[in-house]
Amino acid sequence: MSETLKVPTMAEYVALGKQPEVLFWVGCAGSFDDRAKKITKAFARILNKANVDFAVLGAEESCTGDPAKRAGNEFLFQMQAVTNIEVLNGYEVKKIVTACPHCFNTLKNEYPSLGGNYEVVHHTQFLKSLLDDGRLTVEGGKFKGKRITFHDPCYLGRANGVYEAPRDLLRKLDVELVEMRKCKTNGLCCGAGGAQMFKEPEPGNKDVNIERTEQALEVKPDIIAAGCPFCNTMMTDGIKGKEKEGSIEVMDVAEMIASAEEL
Amino acid sequence: MQYVQNIIFLIVLVLGVGFFVKNIKKLLRNINLGKDVDRSDNKTKRWRNMAKIALGQYKMVKRPVSGILHVVVYVGFIIINIEVLEIIIDGLFGTHRIFSFLGGLYDFLIGSFEILAFLVLVAVIIFWLRRNVMNIKRFLSPELKGWPKSDGNIILYFEVVLMGLFLTMNAADLQLQIMGADHYVSADGSITGAFPISSFIAPLFDGMSISALVIVERAAWWIHIVGILIFLNYLYYSKHLHILLAFPNTWYAKLKPQGEFDNLKAVTDEVMLMMDPDADPFAAPAEGAEEVEVGKFGASDVTDLNWVQLMNSYSCTECGRCTSECPANQTGKKLSPRKIMMDTRDRLEEVGKNIDENNGVFVMDNKQLLDDYITKEELWACTTCNACVEACPIGIDPLSIIIDMRRYMVMEESAAPTDLNNAMTNIENNGAPWPFNQMDRGNWINEA
Repeated sequence: MSETLKVPTMAEYVALGKQPEVLFWVGCAGSFDDRAKKITKAFARILNKANVDFAVLGAEESCTGDPAKRAGNEFLFQMQAVTNIEVLNGYEVKKIVTACPHCFNTLKNEYPSLGGNYEVVHHTQFLKSLLDDGRLTVEGGKFKGKRITFHDPCYLGRANGVYEAPRDLLRKLDVELVEMRKCKTNGLCCGAGGAQMFKEPEPGNKDVNIERTEQALEVKPDIIAAGCPFCNTMMTDGIKGKEKEGSIEVMDVAEMIASAEEL
Repeated sequence: MQYVQNIIFLIVLVLGVGFFVKNIKKLLRNINLGKDVDRSDNKTKRWRNMAKIALGQYKMVKRPVSGILHVVVYVGFIIINIEVLEIIIDGLFGTHRIFSFLGGLYDFLIGSFEILAFLVLVAVIIFWLRRNVMNIKRFLSPELKGWPKSDGNIILYFEVVLMGLFLTMNAADLQLQIMGADHYVSADGSITGAFPISSFIAPLFDGMSISALVIVERAAWWIHIVGILIFLNYLYYSKHLHILLAFPNTWYAKLKPQGEFDNLKAVTDEVMLMMDPDADPFAAPAEGAEEVEVGKFGASDVTDLNWVQLMNSYSCTECGRCTSECPANQTGKKLSPRKIMMDTRDRLEEVGKNIDENNGVFVMDNKQLLDDYITKEELWACTTCNACVEACPIGIDPLSIIIDMRRYMVMEESAAPTDLNNAMTNIENNGAPWPFNQMDRGNWINEA
């Protein structure tokens, strides 16, 4: 596989007196979570393949503050935001792509009034634009005809109205796209949002990710496609809980494209 | 003597409308206890939203069964109100069917009112079955036990009685016209109005004398119009205020992306001060500067919420679509977005009564919205997924209240769950919710 990932940092770009086309905001999960790192790498490989001039912040990136804000810690959120904005504005960043809908939502919607104005896109939107512009081509290949259901991340779908970009990418892979009974505007949360990822759930009779996994199993998919590292974790856990990990995979849309292209 | 009826009607009308206006003033006063928020931007979009969501029932019909039944009742309500105008004029001036000069159009109108009244009756009966017989989950939630359930049923009974009286009144009127009774019969003896439904009721009156029929017709007329006035005044005490408030509620609803939460200005000021290298933290306030009271972060009571959130609480019809879409509620957690709205209204009413009883000043009652109405367990169960906001047919935003209350718990009480405190400490110390070193953020690049 691609042992030679080309992932320069903003600092390296600036040292060369250049500006990348886009900043890849990796996010905490994408940087540290073993499962999410695979998504990060898959996306980076696609960017390399499409010859996209991109950079990461590396050690200069910090949490966007999303979990703090959803938990109610506005103070911590704004401290994170203004610190990140100083770094981003210092590098004169214009466009950001991220594989995390939480980072996407926060950077896109909540940074502007604190002085951070960027064009922010989700990685599925960015990949779609690469395809539309002919910079990247994909073929169905190994996913052709497979039953795939896409789980809408709340912070991509309802929160920002992005429903079609990930589905368009899946259609390019010639998959058999099946929708869960709760999808798009009515999609059910995976249970991780609102800082729930970092705490135990309140007492109830079921975990949210199990409920959502059951909805996914109803449509008998070969693969559950996701567009968020946290949804990915929750759905993967759900599939394990249902002892279906042998037959059903949870994959990020970017991973599927990278895999189809054998990157 | 002949004017007694008209005078009594005038008095009843003035009392009915007057009492309603008094309560509406109280309602506005209570809503204005909320903090200011500017929602006057982008008026075109706001009018469009109101037309689409409130007037056009766009979100109601997303659930087709209850949605279409609701449209029937809604259209019936609005259209039949045209007839109420005639009823009021007839009552005030002792006329009989004052609009009948419209001729064919009048027949068409009265005919459609009757058909609508019948359809409303059918819809309302189905609504009653849904609430009381069919075990629909969202009507069985704990927060609906007691008064809220009765409230829902009372509204349905009102509508059954009002529609029944309307049709009875028309039937008696028709029979009187056929019998050629004075005051009822038209100059040329033809029938005024078309009665597609009540003509089936009229035969029941066969054999009754004119004087007995006049009593039936007058009784139905009076109980109907007094019933409408009672219903009007019942609104303020019931969940039914949405028939008025749905309109401003959709107009003032949030237009930003649902995922965007507001950035607290008070916090921004603090943060900017901290980030300003030239700021002197020990600086004495400028000479003559007014002592500024330090604001509270987040919301622990209704007066910490903004007026749109308070209006939301009065607009809520307790339909429970929010709760039935809520992932926390679906998996047995205590959180119910509907209960958040109901609690907010109940507490706001309590604060309003307190103010009324104490000559316009709120006297501390050692209660608040947080803990006394809404528990921390409910608030922490929210995934901020916006399903409740999306589901609401009139643009209520329960999530914004949950977040404002979380802000209070975290920033004023430091009362976050331990796991969350750990995550937040990590964000503060190493820029990630997990205990990884920020310097290692780029390590994945070389792990390929």
